[in-house]
Amino acid sequence: MDFSIAGILLVDGLTNGAIYALLGLATVLVFTVTRVIFIPQGEFVTYGALTLAILQTGKVPGTVWLLLLLAALAALAEGYDHWRHHHAALAAVRSATKVLVFPVFISMVTIWVAPMQVSLLFQALLTLCLVTAFGPLVYRLAYQSLADASSLVLLIVSVGVHFALTGLGLVFFGAEGYRNPSFWDARFTLGALTLSGQAVIIGISSLVLIVLLWLFFERSLRGKALRATAVNRLGARLVGISSQSAGRLTLAMAALIGALSGLLIGPTTTVFFDSGFLIGLKGFVAAVIGGLASYPGALLGALLVGIIEAFASFWASAFKEVIVFTLILPVLLWLSVTHGHSDEDH
Amino acid sequence: MGIRRAGLAALVLAIVLLAVLPVPEFWITQLNYIGIATLAVLGLVLLTGIGGLTSFGQAAFVGVGAYTSAYLTVNAGFSPWLTLLMGLALTLASALVLGWITLRMSGHYLPLATLGWGLSLYYLMGNLDALGKYDGILNIPGLSLFGWQIGQGRVFFLITAALVLLGTLSLGFLLDSRVGRAIRSLKSGTLMAEAMGIPTLRFKIGIFLLAALFASLSGWLYAHFQRSVNPSPFGIQLGIEYLFMAVLGGAGYVWGALAGVTITKLLADQLQVVLPQLIGASGSYETIVFGVLLVLILKYAPDGVWDFIDRRLPRARRKVNWGDAPALEHKPKPAAGDLVLDVQSVRKEFGGLVAVNDISFQIRAGEIVGLIGPNGAGKSTTFNLITGVLGLTRGAVTFRGEPIAGLPSRDIARKGMARTFQHVKMIPDMTVLENVALGAHTRGHKGVLAAMARLDRHEERMLFKEAQRQLERIGMGEMLHDSAGNLPMGLQRLLEIARALCADPALLLLDEPAAGLRLKEKQALVQVLRQLRGEGISILLVEHDMDLVMEVCDRLVVMEFGTQLMEGTPREVQQSPAVRAAYLGTEH
Repeated sequence: MDFSIAGILLVDGLTNGAIYALLGLATVLVFTVTRVIFIPQGEFVTYGALTLAILQTGKVPGTVWLLLLLAALAALAEGYDHWRHHHAALAAVRSATKVLVFPVFISMVTIWVAPMQVSLLFQALLTLCLVTAFGPLVYRLAYQSLADASSLVLLIVSVGVHFALTGLGLVFFGAEGYRNPSFWDARFTLGALTLSGQAVIIGISSLVLIVLLWLFFERSLRGKALRATAVNRLGARLVGISSQSAGRLTLAMAALIGALSGLLIGPTTTVFFDSGFLIGLKGFVAAVIGGLASYPGALLGALLVGIIEAFASFWASAFKEVIVFTLILPVLLWLSVTHGHSDEDH
Repeated sequence: MGIRRAGLAALVLAIVLLAVLPVPEFWITQLNYIGIATLAVLGLVLLTGIGGLTSFGQAAFVGVGAYTSAYLTVNAGFSPWLTLLMGLALTLASALVLGWITLRMSGHYLPLATLGWGLSLYYLMGNLDALGKYDGILNIPGLSLFGWQIGQGRVFFLITAALVLLGTLSLGFLLDSRVGRAIRSLKSGTLMAEAMGIPTLRFKIGIFLLAALFASLSGWLYAHFQRSVNPSPFGIQLGIEYLFMAVLGGAGYVWGALAGVTITKLLADQLQVVLPQLIGASGSYETIVFGVLLVLILKYAPDGVWDFIDRRLPRARRKVNWGDAPALEHKPKPAAGDLVLDVQSVRKEFGGLVAVNDISFQIRAGEIVGLIGPNGAGKSTTFNLITGVLGLTRGAVTFRGEPIAGLPSRDIARKGMARTFQHVKMIPDMTVLENVALGAHTRGHKGVLAAMARLDRHEERMLFKEAQRQLERIGMGEMLHDSAGNLPMGLQRLLEIARALCADPALLLLDEPAAGLRLKEKQALVQVLRQLRGEGISILLVEHDMDLVMEVCDRLVVMEFGTQLMEGTPREVQQSPAVRAAYLGTEH
């Protein structure tokens, strides 16, 4: 291996690492606010990439129908809950409608716009909106009524959601894989290094998103409310922060981050209905490196995962995944030695 | 014969009939697969349903068992019976590493580690030339016994069925034993279990190992039934599916494993036919149903299918057969007047807050010392410092001449110090008797294997006899078989005292034992405390009921805001203006 190959691998690793960083941050975010180990994070990546791919072909993506289906179910659940607690028909209908508004609106827009073959950027924006709308619905249907269950139960629920979303991905997108067009075809040469426009976009978008997240948590009241919930759910509830709306907001953000990752990764690899799982899990490894609690830790972990993966695919490409996922063991050993014996979470 | 026994007999009869009658081969094959998977799921029942931990690596351990046997029988010509042991050994080693690394941390790191382990093992199996990459290993020899081929049909089914029955029954036996009670206590936190002298980390690693061994056995059977292995049935997807089967069947019941696997396999067969027709394309759509079903079960029937059956079956009451059992050994007690506990200026700081500020006192054998003070004075924290639940910032504690500061609470418990908790900690779904027997954990010695083989009955009778004796002593002899969770608060506190007494302590620490008791019960408690004192047991008592404290205590230590206000006889304390001021405030 010479210097230029190392450079190429490094850039490659950092590019993928930036995407893992986004997913790792989402995992930490969801875990700290809701105590859910969110295995289905990768499914949002798939949904993002495939939705854009199908919009590219001028058809209405299956995401729309799935979204409408979930919205209808969530509205029914919401309306029924409301009716059972308050016995007010009008209020029940109103709360059900509130659930429906955004998903139905964005679905309508998509159905209307899809055949027009609008610009790539507008399609990407539409994709983000569509997939983000999944977040609160998934929270409403799967997690909300179990929000106070043990984290073991929440983990198993996550597994169920992962199964369901992957299977539904197969139904609504089909078994075919797609590769998205690049957002920017430019190439830059820096000495021995070539940098693709897509890599630049990935780097910049990740950076922008991380800054936006930081601003959100530091400067906005909503962000601070989420942080309060993460520190102490009961305390947050006592000062009027609903842990339900915190959960919905958190999953919306996770879905947004997932969809964005899907858009970013779409042009670099062929995405199938079940590709997201592995990609998401690499973000997961990153989050574990951060102890599932530290954002900077997850960020550094993600870059590490990306770089190790890039070099592993050069030296022992068949064992790339083995190396990346085995990485979790020394990391846990290190966490266990440094944080050991704090085994009481009850 | 009880209905449960009749059910078991019917199951055995059904197995034999299935093997003998002309049932289509397809069904025998199906049943073999069900039995093989049940072994792996049994492990998860123990780990997840009973122990409150979980693993996505069960399929990977099935793979370890299967591949070890496949590789060594094909390439080295070893006998499958030998490779079974080798597979189990390899599983044990890998599970030990995983468990040792992750179980020292909080519960969610085990699933994460097994997720990584399951994924990497899958890709490893799929990329190693020696293991045939994704094609796997073919032409694995079948099982044979003294040169007689067992084949893949009915005889194999009988072996599978026998292993499933043995596995389920032995797991059931394990749960109804000294170690089983310790395992059942893991789910509700380690604080109480450790205070009973139970090494919880060892038990957590233990059930993880046992679960992995069940999986490995299942893999060995699979390899020699299927006669070929490839990585796909050992991937993470299957690891998740095993979890699904356990939850569906009822993760809290040993029979939940068989129920869950059977339902899942039958359902999957139907769905794999119906769903592709419905959707009009081929694919494994059944995962959607499984995923949705999993969420719905956790929401509406978290105890699984077997719970519906179990609830309708009469619950056999434990037969009291320990009347003539010998008594447990007693540890030597200190002589009257000996120094039992010496607390020397212990201090606990939480950040800048000094919760306990250089407290010192002594307790001699046969003495009842009360630790009193207004709420927030640091009494319970002092308790936790003495019993090893919290670490000291400074100071020393000597128990019967040995320094105990810095020891974990289970070691302190083993030295003869037993305690109760201010907030009652017990296992609600165990009976009163079983809960109390938990206190005698350190006085028994039979291990997991003895329990699974039911070779621990003599010791069990001794433990239950002791538990009953202690329950009768505090007036709860009528409630041996009641579910502990159904007791009123006051009786739950008494249960904790009986449990602590089961440990044969030299020093008993009681944290508000009279809270929630009625007058009669309080008077009975006073009698018990005096009787214990008469037997040479020392008692440290935190209590807010001043009548009781003044009546029963020999000396009092008064705390306020973490500092020691005074020490003296009840009379001296009652007359102290400083104590009055602490409780009632001063006149201005």
